[in-house]
Amino acid sequence: MTRIPEFHAAKWNEPVVMEMGRPGARGQLFPAPEDEVTKAVGTDLIPHAMVRKDRAELPEITEFEAQRHYLHLSQMTLGMMGISLFGTCTMKYNSKTAEYATLRPEVAELHPYQHPDTLQGVLEIIHDFDCMLRSLSGMDQFIFQAGGGADAAYTMTAVARAYWQDRGMLGQRTEMVTSAQSHPCNPATAAAAGFKVVNLPLEENGYPSLEALKAAVSDKTALIMLNNPDDMGIYNPEIKEWVKVAKEAGALCFYDHANFNGVMGKLSARELGFDACMFMLHKTFGAPKAGGGPAVGAYGCTDELAPYLPCPLIVQDGARYVLDEDRPKSCGKVREFWGNVPQVVKAYAWARSMGAEGIQLASDISVVANNYMDKKLAEIPGLEISNPSIDLWRMEMTRWSLGPLTEATGVTTVDFANRMADYGIDPYWMSHEPWIVAEPFTPEAGELWSKEDIDTWIGVIAQIAEEARTNPELVKTAPHNQAIAQVKGDVFEDPAKWAMTWRAHVRKSGLQDKANGAA
Amino acid sequence: MTEEMRAHPWMANAAPGALQAMLDEIGADSARELFEQIPEDHFRTTPLNFPPALSSEIELKRDLLSKLKKNEDCEANLSFLGAGVWQHHVPAIVDEIVGRTEFATNVWGSYQSDHGRNQAWFEFSSQLGALLNLDVVQLPVYSWGCANGHAVRMAQRITGRNKVLVSQLSDPERLSVLRTYCQPTAMESHIEVVMVDVHSTNGRMDLDDLKSKLGDGVAAVYFENPAYLGTIESEAAEIARLARAAGAETIVGIDPVSLGVITAPGDYGADIVTGPVQPLGVHMQCGGGVGGFIASRDEAKYVLEYNGFLVSIAETLKEGEMGFGLACPHQNSYGSREDGKDWTGNSTYLWAIAGAVYMSLLGPEGFRELGTLIVSRARYAAKLLSEVPGIKIVWPDTTFKEFVVNFDDTGRTVADVNDALRARGIFGGKDISDEENGLGQSALYCVTEVHTAADIRALVHTLKEVLK
Repeated sequence: MTRIPEFHAAKWNEPVVMEMGRPGARGQLFPAPEDEVTKAVGTDLIPHAMVRKDRAELPEITEFEAQRHYLHLSQMTLGMMGISLFGTCTMKYNSKTAEYATLRPEVAELHPYQHPDTLQGVLEIIHDFDCMLRSLSGMDQFIFQAGGGADAAYTMTAVARAYWQDRGMLGQRTEMVTSAQSHPCNPATAAAAGFKVVNLPLEENGYPSLEALKAAVSDKTALIMLNNPDDMGIYNPEIKEWVKVAKEAGALCFYDHANFNGVMGKLSARELGFDACMFMLHKTFGAPKAGGGPAVGAYGCTDELAPYLPCPLIVQDGARYVLDEDRPKSCGKVREFWGNVPQVVKAYAWARSMGAEGIQLASDISVVANNYMDKKLAEIPGLEISNPSIDLWRMEMTRWSLGPLTEATGVTTVDFANRMADYGIDPYWMSHEPWIVAEPFTPEAGELWSKEDIDTWIGVIAQIAEEARTNPELVKTAPHNQAIAQVKGDVFEDPAKWAMTWRAHVRKSGLQDKANGAA
Repeated sequence: MTEEMRAHPWMANAAPGALQAMLDEIGADSARELFEQIPEDHFRTTPLNFPPALSSEIELKRDLLSKLKKNEDCEANLSFLGAGVWQHHVPAIVDEIVGRTEFATNVWGSYQSDHGRNQAWFEFSSQLGALLNLDVVQLPVYSWGCANGHAVRMAQRITGRNKVLVSQLSDPERLSVLRTYCQPTAMESHIEVVMVDVHSTNGRMDLDDLKSKLGDGVAAVYFENPAYLGTIESEAAEIARLARAAGAETIVGIDPVSLGVITAPGDYGADIVTGPVQPLGVHMQCGGGVGGFIASRDEAKYVLEYNGFLVSIAETLKEGEMGFGLACPHQNSYGSREDGKDWTGNSTYLWAIAGAVYMSLLGPEGFRELGTLIVSRARYAAKLLSEVPGIKIVWPDTTFKEFVVNFDDTGRTVADVNDALRARGIFGGKDISDEENGLGQSALYCVTEVHTAADIRALVHTLKEVLK
């Protein structure tokens, strides 16, 4: 019998920090300027027109109150301390060894404009890790400036612009071709970069047809952006032909390696013909996501595209490492400096700890565990696998549908996710837009979780499916065991009610009037 | 895969027999069989070329530290570098909170299960809003430069115009990012970046030149306060007024640690405000500590153009209880793909939590004291440096924490002076001599609350020695 967690989140009824404290309370004191300073420069230092006259309406609390308040908030955050099989995000253990290394002043207190002679350690790590990514992908050069996977996709579009501009063809190569189910960041960054987006629809077999691609690419195509396998767990076996067709039209080919975990060590983007690729260090490579960054999209490309990369490049020059800023064909920067350095150090640590054999084993485990999970999920009534006609083992994640259960009970995938939180299980990933199956969810087991963890997770899914049949109201009104009850969504699209700051909330909720009335 | 391999501490199913148990359950003979979707000729032929694995913690730690100790850092040395990343004091409580595994987690986080995280995000926006005197603050994007890029594109969508006016003395790093966001000229939706002159006497924007460049095509005027080279823009309200009269949006980039002593941008007519989050309790991390916020007034025309995550407070099903969720989620790229507002994804949200803790520790008086301390010590440094033979301070009385130090009369280059300083444990200011500013051999020095009067005297003493 699977153990179902009995769980209740910490519940502190914690006030918003803006409501806390008392006039004059202090959490942090600063010394007054030294006498010699004040004597020399006086106190009248800000141009009078710009002197702040009001007192910022910030809380006034003690150091301990700040600590306790934010510890309470951390306690009311599950933060993967249950089980999270959150598809497309590849949950990993984040090494504290690596984390602590990056808290040291040798990383934390570095300035990117220091002379490179004083940065040799961190440059060496970045360079060594670059070489490991080159080996994994076959590419010739990586950069880490992009602050996430979407930013790496944006880097690709910026590199493509510079590439076509260099050929005097940017006015002609105006389109980006992708699959309708590619991650939204690919079409979105291409559009923001100024390209017209061409989406290819999916066929019965789960991916767009080669014919559709052939019809879509032309001498207008600047680039194609693809992920493979997709979030359904389906691998496009025609990918080599795709790359060939795109290249015959002159287009650049970008491999979005968001779903790398199942194929790491198995595939090489370069051997498949791609010109560039990206890895997410906060997913596949064991750096934290931290609830949405700081993250790193490591962008790699061939020598042919390298002249167009954002600066600086970190290169080896004899026994030294230097920053190469002198690159006249560079597309310009996508972000200041050279990237989220601590996350690169953590990813380096992950890759060194895993080693080549560990990485191979991890991809095996992630694919085996996903298919094990598929078998168990298939035994739960009301759940349906995506593309049910495809009778092949899936890759490292699979898209599922709660459609039949929803039809029978009215319980939706959103309700279901809310209820999962009641068991100390992170709600699953549903699907990117557009939803191509009804009431979707997308689990990914990865190599971190044990078979027992996966069994527990499936046990919870089965339990909630049962609850949906016996007590749908319980599921629809979830969560019940969380720090707070279900949030009502009516304010989020209503300009009269949304409040993105406490100031706005006070103004819109009438709190100000109440306070005035009481006074 | 080798059966004899010891189970890696980060992989539960690497334990002997675990993989086989799952294979048995699903009726497969081997892991390889499960890769049947991949054609044989797709598998890589070149073996991985990795250094030996460091699977034990003790070996991994040794490797990391042996490399990292080759760095020289700003704690062991005395650094005056700024220009986009600044050395500020980080309270210990901030480090404790952002290090909590619930926050520094591998999960992206779900709204139902991560209420505390949601609240911390809202508190970041709320406190920053109180410093800015603005009602809408988005969770931070990748950097200040990226925030500027998004803000200018917001202005383009709002006004339907395709030109942005910026200071001639803009930070080349941020400007490069902005130009990327504004697209090359060959693209139809290109935004032209037009430079506005500055007064050579004080570094402030030349309003006559600004007036001459404002017109029907201008989507936005962008200026910083304090500006890249440290100067305080005292005619901010007039710039905003001129921009508004010309139908353009006013975008202001500000340093949040200046807001205890400098007027809130919401009070002088800024429409959209951007700035760095790194000064709010985030270590420099070799540039890995950057993040950029975007804020505005609470008007739908702005709110409906944000690219990322707007966290709103909301009621729950329980009477009297409040929670948090995303406002206007459908307009971002997750909701609308290529039809969304620019794009979003993993960003720098942990630094929103750092900022929330930092601002709650400082409070109104902390920000006032901090601003006073910084501007006092920075002016003191400028004054003492100006007394060193051959050294000139370019704009001595108009700056906040950064200022330009000119070495022309010393006959030495900044690179040369900085080499000599470095040999004596001092990182001199950023060399801006090769930037197009007409300022000769100059360096941008940064002085903050971490620099004592004694540190400043040490710098001056060492410079005198170096310049002898």
